[in-house]
Amino acid sequence: MLVKQISVFLENKSGRLAEVTKILGENGINISALSIADTTDFGILRLIVNNPEKAEQVLMENGFAVSATSVIAIGVEDKPGGLSTALEILARESIGIEYVYAFVGRDGKDAYVILRVENPDKAIDVLTKNNIKVLSSSAVYEF
Amino acid sequence: MYKSLTCVAVISTPKCHGWHFEHHVTRCHIDAGEELQDKVVVISSKFQKMGFCSRFNIYSKITVGHTLSVSQYIAKGLIKMIWNKEAECLGRSEMKALQLERLKEIVKRAYENVGLYRRKFDDIGLKPEHIQTLKDIEKIPFTTKDDLRDNYPYGLFAVPMKSIVRVHASSGTTGKPIVVGYTQKDVENWSECVARLIVAAGGTDDDIAQVVFGYGLFTGGFGLHYGLEKVGITVVPASSGNSERQIMLMEDFGSTILVGTPSYALYLSEVAEEMGITKGRHKLRLGLFGGEGHTPEMRMEIEKRWGILATENYGLSEIVGPGVSGECSRQCGMHINEDHFYPEIIESTTGNTLGYGEKGELVLTTLTKEGIPMLRYRTKDITILNPEPCSCGRSNVRMNKVLGRTDDMLIIRGVNVFPSQIESVLVGMEHIGPHYQIIVSKKGFMDDIEVQVELIDGKMLEKYSELEKLESGIRHKLRTVLQIDAKVKLVNPKSIERSVGKAKRVIDLRNKNV
Ligand SMILES: [Zn+2]
Repeated sequence: MLVKQISVFLENKSGRLAEVTKILGENGINISALSIADTTDFGILRLIVNNPEKAEQVLMENGFAVSATSVIAIGVEDKPGGLSTALEILARESIGIEYVYAFVGRDGKDAYVILRVENPDKAIDVLTKNNIKVLSSSAVYEF
Repeated sequence: MYKSLTCVAVISTPKCHGWHFEHHVTRCHIDAGEELQDKVVVISSKFQKMGFCSRFNIYSKITVGHTLSVSQYIAKGLIKMIWNKEAECLGRSEMKALQLERLKEIVKRAYENVGLYRRKFDDIGLKPEHIQTLKDIEKIPFTTKDDLRDNYPYGLFAVPMKSIVRVHASSGTTGKPIVVGYTQKDVENWSECVARLIVAAGGTDDDIAQVVFGYGLFTGGFGLHYGLEKVGITVVPASSGNSERQIMLMEDFGSTILVGTPSYALYLSEVAEEMGITKGRHKLRLGLFGGEGHTPEMRMEIEKRWGILATENYGLSEIVGPGVSGECSRQCGMHINEDHFYPEIIESTTGNTLGYGEKGELVLTTLTKEGIPMLRYRTKDITILNPEPCSCGRSNVRMNKVLGRTDDMLIIRGVNVFPSQIESVLVGMEHIGPHYQIIVSKKGFMDDIEVQVELIDGKMLEKYSELEKLESGIRHKLRTVLQIDAKVKLVNPKSIERSVGKAKRVIDLRNKNV
């Protein structure tokens, strides 16, 4: 149920993000979800793509510092409090969350959330038990 | 004490003028070894009678009955060769006598043949005959790079052009280059000096040396080339640039010695790594690096990446080019070829002479140069002189690794900062690469210094805080060393410009209109 995410270091220089998306595009890699955390000094770009291995390889070849990690993707009902239920469950089980970002599926109806947690296997376990929809990687890559 | 030592690893050919004949291995018996420090046995009597052993020391570790060739012993570090034992191991008082004799001679020659020196001497009423002791050298005015520039191109030559067989030039950052000329004898002496440092570093005629210094007006390429040939080393004059091809040649030709600038050696190690040419596929064992200074940290990085012994040598075209001094394989200071170059240390601001062990600017006087004699040339390089004999057996004065250049020094908000201090902090740190760039600018009236380093692995990308910690860690270390706050900027891998010659680490934008 784990989903592979690519993290890319972005130095504080204009055009770096465009460069990443261009490289991925040229290599036929689709971006399903993306998030950037940045300050004035640097940024970290996080990507969910349809071919993470290839993405990691081509970005490295093009001079980017890259790492791949496992995250979980959950489906959230499109109504108030949808996300908080999931977060409360994790908090109750003392599973720390590193970061979270959300995106909307292709149909525009469902919202999805990417979670980076300390213990992903346990997180999947408790979320599933509490009827939260955890997405398989193939489902996520096809958003 | 070694009363008797049987050594099997020596040379038999009697035309011996050095150790070029080493492949004829024979058994020799040495009856009286004279013990020196560090268990070095200087072989005397029989070997000397055979006419070659004056050039090397044999270590006591050599086992009786072994049948390795001399070069195998050298490779194992058991025999340390000395190219010219007479000159390199000369007693201190004999050396001083030789220096004085040569100093008097060159001062006279410079005064009689070079207008600049004659004017400088006449201005202060100094005559060549006033130089009667080595200490009297302090009466002679300094020579600077400006003197060379003002007398461009041939104004300081002491011989007619027909006696000059070669010129070299170094590019100044501004205006015209400075030009130096060599007579046939100068070229011979130059090769001799370079041969000494190559052998001291551990080079033998079994080696194949790839010279990645630029060939041309720059003295690096030709200087090392002639010395290597003199030692009998196979030279691959690859020159600088075309890095992938360099690695291909290195593998195919089986190069064992790399000769170039440390920054290019570092860059080439990255290229080799990318091409998958690791130790085993290349045969490098020794580096002879010079042309620019580098820190001990950078040396360790280069040694680690290549798996070699990295030695440093020093020189400048104004004096001769490479060959002023070089490290022996013990890496404990560069042995100065004192019979050709007389070193002094001065306080940069006052010009006062400082003693051994004191840090200051190196001033060099050429003792044998015919084409362009240099009297008390201010090198701008900061170092320390050490007169202690080295455990390798050489007794000439050693100079410390250059600690900085007086004109490298950046003054940031009133504080003196040397790029080498920054290098010593950055090189070898985890997660970042060894390349760096220093950018100095003005923010309002304040100087601003930014240090750019490459983030080379993605391991820290999971936690934003980790990256911030890395950045602030570097910043903190820089502040400790520099006493000022420097901005740290992490940049993409391989985004800092690589150098195939002397690296340009500092971009100073303060005097530009930006
Ligand atoms: Zn030594």
